Amino acid sequence: MKGFLEGSRAVAEVIKLVKPGVISAYPITPQTHIVEELARMVANGELPAQFINVESEHSAVSVCLGAVATGVRAYTATSSQGLIYMSEVLFNIAGMRLPLVLTCANRALSAPINIWNDHQDSISVRDTGWIQLYAEDIQEVVDLQIIAYRLAEDKALMLPVMVCMDGFILTHGIENVDIPNQEQVDRFLPFYKPLYKLDPDEPLTMGLLADPDYYLETRFALQETLKEALSLIPKITQEFAKVFSRQYPGLIEEYKTKDAERVIVAMGSVCSTIKEVVDELRAKGKKVGLLKIITFRPFPAKEIYDALKNVPKVAVLDRALSLGSFAPLAAEIRAVFFGKNKKPKLISSFIAGLGGRDITVDSIKEIFRLLTTKEKTAEFIDLKPELLKEKIDV
Amino acid sequence: MSKPLFFPGHTACAGCGQSLAARLVIEAAGPNTIVVNNTGCLEVFSTYYPLTAWGVPFVHSLFENAAAVASGVEAALTYLGKKDKVNVIAQGGDGGTADIGLQALSGMWERGHDVLYVCYDNEAYMNTGVQRSGLTPFNSDTTTSPVGTQSMGNLRPKKPMPEIAVAHAISYVATASVGFLQDLQRKIKKAFSLKGPKYIQVHAPCPLGWRHEPRQTIEVGRLAVETGLYPLIEYEFGKLTGVRKIQPKPVEEYLRLQGRFRHLLNNPQAIKQIQEIADNNIDRYGLKIQL
Ligand SMILES: Cc1ncc(C[n+]2csc(CCOP(=O)(O)OP(=O)(O)O)c2C)c(N)n1
Ligand SMILES: [Mg+2]
Repeated sequence: MKGFLEGSRAVAEVIKLVKPGVISAYPITPQTHIVEELARMVANGELPAQFINVESEHSAVSVCLGAVATGVRAYTATSSQGLIYMSEVLFNIAGMRLPLVLTCANRALSAPINIWNDHQDSISVRDTGWIQLYAEDIQEVVDLQIIAYRLAEDKALMLPVMVCMDGFILTHGIENVDIPNQEQVDRFLPFYKPLYKLDPDEPLTMGLLADPDYYLETRFALQETLKEALSLIPKITQEFAKVFSRQYPGLIEEYKTKDAERVIVAMGSVCSTIKEVVDELRAKGKKVGLLKIITFRPFPAKEIYDALKNVPKVAVLDRALSLGSFAPLAAEIRAVFFGKNKKPKLISSFIAGLGGRDITVDSIKEIFRLLTTKEKTAEFIDLKPELLKEKIDV
Repeated sequence: MSKPLFFPGHTACAGCGQSLAARLVIEAAGPNTIVVNNTGCLEVFSTYYPLTAWGVPFVHSLFENAAAVASGVEAALTYLGKKDKVNVIAQGGDGGTADIGLQALSGMWERGHDVLYVCYDNEAYMNTGVQRSGLTPFNSDTTTSPVGTQSMGNLRPKKPMPEIAVAHAISYVATASVGFLQDLQRKIKKAFSLKGPKYIQVHAPCPLGWRHEPRQTIEVGRLAVETGLYPLIEYEFGKLTGVRKIQPKPVEEYLRLQGRFRHLLNNPQAIKQIQEIADNNIDRYGLKIQL
């Protein structure tokens, strides 16, 4: 099916094809359209799932935990405060090695309360053990959603996956999207057969207490498995290409970086804006490029190293902040080059678009312009000086 | 003999009321049962990796989400067409039930999941060292409601959990006690004969936290019922259908066995206040045997 679809509707259409047996979610802007659409599908008998209306996000994701533990594919979606409210359970799900898939419609965190897009919510749960995939456009969200289930349920992984899509920009934006057909999805994503489940015929205990003699190894195993995911993701996206005829690099996407002198590193929908600026500047003979991070967890350090090692000047654009410290993506990009011989002369770090402030073509040009010889750290773009003037005397 | 559903050899304290109750609950429920447990003493002493005491499928996730996880288990079983063959129990301590887990539990009740929730009420957060909970009794001495020059212990009476459950219009609500084990097992079986959400709150003495002798667990449990302080009651579809009648004993007989109430013993006014709680229960539920 090809047509102009709202991003949320497109996600719901593809989730229908993935056939989760249990869906549970709690309303929060800008995620709501996704679950409203799924509720409608269940109500009309188009999707034979159990749709569980809960009293909180903590319970929504706990219901999904219970369903996956019982051997049934499950789905949830949330944003912002909802994701943070879930965070306790997110750690738990990864630790229990349950392959749940969650869509995060990225939104800023309160206070001040703000319903618009940035990445602070998903970045704040980056250490939970979940795989995190960031989408640039609606087609990519749709495709990553299918890839996410394949990846999560791979017997070598058994890990939860979060598909991150920019709130409003992708959830409420409308694009011409290709929704695959059921036969394609079934071919790529077989019926879920769990490795372990709650079943009276074969009783087992899940969620035990592991003392200092055992806990360390469980964390090591998670870390090793996430490393293995780095080689599995490109394999799965290649298989995806065979079935769906759309090619994804999986970990990172290099856009005109080969001979580039200046490259911006970014995640999510802003990458489309950056590509436009890159094309415009390239047309004027400027050697610029974009490195898009699709997989943020596990962190594809080797691929990033290879992509940037010969680039003289790198700018990292973060839509989140580790308050009181560095910008999260920038800190990790810099860490990739620590102690390496081949590396960019300069890695500057910029913060933009927090709380939904538009990152325009001009914002991106400003970042390229600021990529001079002086290294910047967590430099805010598009600040309004007139709002910063007022200070309270103390 | 068939395989045990709850094995011995776990690490519960001597005289633990909760471990006894948990075994009898699962034995009454039978092998076709999935258990979802909140964090607390029970989960800690029964699933210490690499060992487990559970002979049925068992999952522990967090302190406050057993009711929600159990909802997901039930939904998955329904999706698989297996719900009629499998019982689902969600269970936890009084803290995980009446305090931090109350929201999830209320949601589970409201949605009508076919799950039995069992609360093991040892009247404090025992796993973390005897801090008060919403089910700690009035004037009980705990580590966060300590007796002092300005304090007689816990400030408020127990949160009325059975009534809160009844207000959700669920099929079955009952209290039970480690002092009356056959009654407990009958209630578990009764619960599973009815569809929808069910709630059973089991009074489970804790020798360490209540400061009584391990050998007195059953006696203390019985006295709580026989004084009227822990009435054994049953509601079906909102109607009071069962009450365990008693020949009320003075509350002092119950209080004096336990260190947590020791500070009340030479204080007639304080004992009178506790006696009033028992008398209210006796009146309210018609507990007294009429000769
Ligand atoms: C969110 C959260 N807060 C606090 C704790 C610490 N904690 C673990 S068990 C427990 C007390 C359990 O009390 P209760 O539910 O009454 O069970 P008991 O141990 O008394 O049987 C507490 C406070 C936790 N695990 N998770
Ligand atoms: Mg307790």
